Amino acid sequence: MDKLRQRAAALLADGTVTLVIGYEEGTSKPRPIFCHKAEEAGKLIYSSQCINNLAVYLTKKELMGTGKVAITATIPALRSILQLSVENQLNEENLLVITVTDKEEVKEFANFAEIEAYIADFQLKLEGKEQEIIDKLEGMSREERFKFWMEEMSHCFKCYACRAACPLCYCTKCIVEENRPQWINPWAAPLANMEWQINRAMHMAGRCTGCGACGDACPVGIPIHLLTRKMMEDLAPEFGFTPGQPSKNGNALSTWKADDKENFIR
Amino acid sequence: MSEQNIYLPYLMTIDKITNEAPGVKTFKLKFQNEEEANAFNFKAGQFGEYSAFGEGESTFCIASAPTRKGYIECTFRETGKVTSGLASLEEGSTMGFRGPFGNTFPMDEWKGKSLVFIAGGIALPPMRCVIQNALDLRENFKDITIVYGAKSVNDLVYKDELKEWADRPDVNLVTTVDPGGETPDWKGEIGFVPSVVEKVAPSPENTIAIVCGPPIMIKFTFPVLEKLGFKDDQIYTTLENRMKCGVGKCGRCNVGKLYVCKDGPVFSKEQLNDIPAEEY
Amino acid sequence: METKYISKNGLNEWFSQIVKSGKRVYAPVEERGKVEFKKVQALSEVAEEYIQTTQSIKSAVFPRAEVLFAYEKESGKVKVEDFDPETVKETVLWKVHPCDAAGFKPLTAIFNWDYKDKLYNAHLEKTTLVTFSCAKADKSCFCTSVNGGPGNTAGSDVMLTMLPDGGAIVEILTPKGEALVQLAASAFENDKGEDKSKCLADVPQMFDVEEIKAKLATAFDSPVWKEQSERCLGCGACAFVCPTCACFDIQEDAHGSKGKRIRCWDSCGFSLFTKHTSGHNPRAVQSQRWRQRILHKFSYMPDRLSVLGCTGCGRCSRACPVDMNILEHITSIAKK
Repeated sequence: MDKLRQRAAALLADGTVTLVIGYEEGTSKPRPIFCHKAEEAGKLIYSSQCINNLAVYLTKKELMGTGKVAITATIPALRSILQLSVENQLNEENLLVITVTDKEEVKEFANFAEIEAYIADFQLKLEGKEQEIIDKLEGMSREERFKFWMEEMSHCFKCYACRAACPLCYCTKCIVEENRPQWINPWAAPLANMEWQINRAMHMAGRCTGCGACGDACPVGIPIHLLTRKMMEDLAPEFGFTPGQPSKNGNALSTWKADDKENFIR
Repeated sequence: MSEQNIYLPYLMTIDKITNEAPGVKTFKLKFQNEEEANAFNFKAGQFGEYSAFGEGESTFCIASAPTRKGYIECTFRETGKVTSGLASLEEGSTMGFRGPFGNTFPMDEWKGKSLVFIAGGIALPPMRCVIQNALDLRENFKDITIVYGAKSVNDLVYKDELKEWADRPDVNLVTTVDPGGETPDWKGEIGFVPSVVEKVAPSPENTIAIVCGPPIMIKFTFPVLEKLGFKDDQIYTTLENRMKCGVGKCGRCNVGKLYVCKDGPVFSKEQLNDIPAEEY
Repeated sequence: METKYISKNGLNEWFSQIVKSGKRVYAPVEERGKVEFKKVQALSEVAEEYIQTTQSIKSAVFPRAEVLFAYEKESGKVKVEDFDPETVKETVLWKVHPCDAAGFKPLTAIFNWDYKDKLYNAHLEKTTLVTFSCAKADKSCFCTSVNGGPGNTAGSDVMLTMLPDGGAIVEILTPKGEALVQLAASAFENDKGEDKSKCLADVPQMFDVEEIKAKLATAFDSPVWKEQSERCLGCGACAFVCPTCACFDIQEDAHGSKGKRIRCWDSCGFSLFTKHTSGHNPRAVQSQRWRQRILHKFSYMPDRLSVLGCTGCGRCSRACPVDMNILEHITSIAKK
C-alpha cells in the first residue's frame, strides 16, 4: 500500500498528473476516491475487495479535465480500458494506468500495448454461484430462460445503476433518453424493463468485457451482468474475438462485411 | 367523494390556428364542456399544461387575457415531441388543457403606474396576456410602452396585433429586429432589444418594467434598466423552466427553495436576487 | 392511544384474521439474497433477522408506475377514463420500521401541497401501517439525528415492540389501528407494563438537524458539493429506494388511438431532469444535482412544507454502488 501511496503522491506533487483515481476505505467496502493533491494520496488502498470498475470515470469529461490523469486499475478495469481505447474514447498520452500486482508491486504501464500483454495472462472467470446460474441457464429451454429473466425484471425499477456503473455505457444520449420516437418505455414494469435490458445487452454485444460492474451496482440484486456475459460468450465464436479481450474486429452491431451470413432473414 | 383528478385535462376544441412565424403557431381553444367553460377563470401570468393526446403535455403560458371571455389562447414553437404533436393538429380537433397554474402579474398593485413591456422573440406570448389585459383596462394605467424584438421580421409574432398596438395613440410600440434581420421596407428599429431599450430610455418614475425573453436578452436588459434608474422591485419577469405536473409535486421546477409552478412563473427581480441564478 | 400486550400465539391469530379479512398484506420477505416487501399470506413467510429492507414501501401509496387516466381518440374527438379510487384495495403494511412510517409524512405533505393528489390520497386512505420498533440498527441508520427514533410512532397506526417471550407490546395509535386490532380483539391482553425503551436499538445521534439547516442556508456556493459528489454515478438508486423521494415523470403510453397517461418515478440525480427543450440545462453537472438532493431534503422541504425530507433509514447509503453515505456527508457538513 505504501508504495502505491508514495508513487501517487509523487505524481501529484511534481505535477505529472492532475488527478489520481483510486480506491479508499468506504463504509463497509472500498469505494472510488479522486486525489487532486499529494496529501490525499495517503488514503489510497488496493485489495481484492476493490470491485468498483474505475474505468467508468475515464469518459466523464467534467471529472477528467484537460490534464494527465492516473488511474489505479484492477484487472477488470484494465480490460475496460483496452476496450475504451479500441473505441477511441481515451487519449493514451493523457492517461497513466497503474496496477498493483499479486506480489504487491506497483506496475505502471508505458502504453496500452503493455496492458494488453499483461492481462493476457488473466483468465476471465465467474464466481462459483454465478457460474452455476449460467450453467442453469444453458440447460433451460427458450421459454424457461425468458421466464427466468422476466421474473428478475419484475424487480427492476429502472434506476439505471447498471448503465451508470458500466464503463462502456458512455453515450451522451442513451437510447432510453430518446423520445422521438420513444423506443423504450421509461417507466418500470416487467416488460418495459425487459425491453431496456435486452437493448442494453445488444448494445453491449461484442463490447462487454465481463467486469460485472452492472450486476454489482444493481440495488435490487438482479444478476444483470450474467445477461451481458452470456451475450459475450455466445457472440465470441461467431464474431471471432476472445471474451475479455478487446474486440479488434470491430463492433459487432455496427460492423458489416459483404460476405456476412443472412440466413436469419426468412 | 368525487375529488378532482389534478392530472386529468379539460377537453378543448381548437377553434382557430394562426401561423405566427416559421414554426410558431397560436391556438385559440374553447372548452368542450359548457359548465367547465363558465366556471373557468384565470389571471394574467398564469400558465397551463397543454396535452397532445398520444404525445404528452407541454407547458405554455395562457397567452390571452382574462378580460376576454369564452376562449383561451396559447402560442408555441414546434421544438420537441409534444409541440410537434400539437402542431400536427387541425382546427376542430381535440386537445387537453390543465390549469390555470402559477401566480399572476400583480396588476392591481400597478394601477396608476406606467408600464414598460420588454419582450424578445417567442417570449412575447407570456406578455401578451398582460398587455391585452392592460389595454382592456387602459384607464388604469398611465403610459404604456412596448419594446419588442425578434431575430428577423419574419420571426415577429402576433403581426396583426402589433399593427393594432402601433395604431393606438395611447401605446408607444417600438419594434426591432436583430442586425441582418431587416427587410428592405422595414420601418422599425434595427438592433438587439437591450440596446433599443437604452435608446427608448423609459423613465423609471412610477413605472413598472416587465421583461421576458431568452436568458441572454434578460441578462443584458437588466443592467440597462438599472442604469435608467429602475429599482429591483420595479422589474418583473416570467421564468421558464422544465415543468411536468404544474402543481408543485414532481420536483422538476424547484429552483432554490422556490417552485416556478407555484411561486412563479412571475417573479420580481427582488425575488430573483434571492435564488441562485445558475438554477434557472 | 392505548397500550396492550399480545402473545406469540395471539400474534399468529391476529395475522391470520387480517389475511382472512381479505386485506392485502405486504411484509418483508427474504428472497434472492435480499429482504423486500412482498405480498404474504402467512406469518411464517415474514423475514426475521435483518436490519432494513432494500426498498422502502412508498410504492404502496406511490407506485413506481401508475395510470393517471386513459384516453381514446376517434375522428378528432377524445374520450377519457378517469382514475377510479374504488379500484384501490385495502392494504396492510406489516413490519415496517419507524423510519418507514415516518416517511409517509413528507410524502403526504408533497402530495397535498395546495393541490390534493387524488391517487395518492386514495391509496393512503386504504393503507394501515403496523410498525415494529427496532431492536437492532447498523452504522447506516441515523433516525435519531432526524427527529426520529427506533421506537418513534409518527405515521404508524399500530406499533409492536417485540419481547423476549415472542410476544409484543402493542400501541394502538389511530382509529385505523383500532379497527385492525378489532379483527382479533380477543388475541390482545391487558398491558403487562413492559418497558418499551429496554427493547430499542441504540442509535447515537450524529448531528443536529436544525444546525444542518442553518449551515445549508449559506452553503449553496460551497466547494463541498463537488468534493462529495465526484464518485456519484448519477443513477437513481438512492431516490428510488428512499421512503420520502417523490419526484416523478409524466409519460404517455400510446398505442395508436388509445393510450394511458402514466406517472412514474424519476430522480433529480438524473442528468435530464432539469433539461429544457432548448438544450439549456441548469443542473448540467453531477455536483449541482447532488447539491439539489441534499438541499431539497434538509433545507427546502423544511422551509416550504415544515417537514424533513429524510427519515434516517440509511437505504440510500446501502443501495449506492459507490457508497455515497448520506450520514457521512451530512456529518461532514455539520463539522464545517
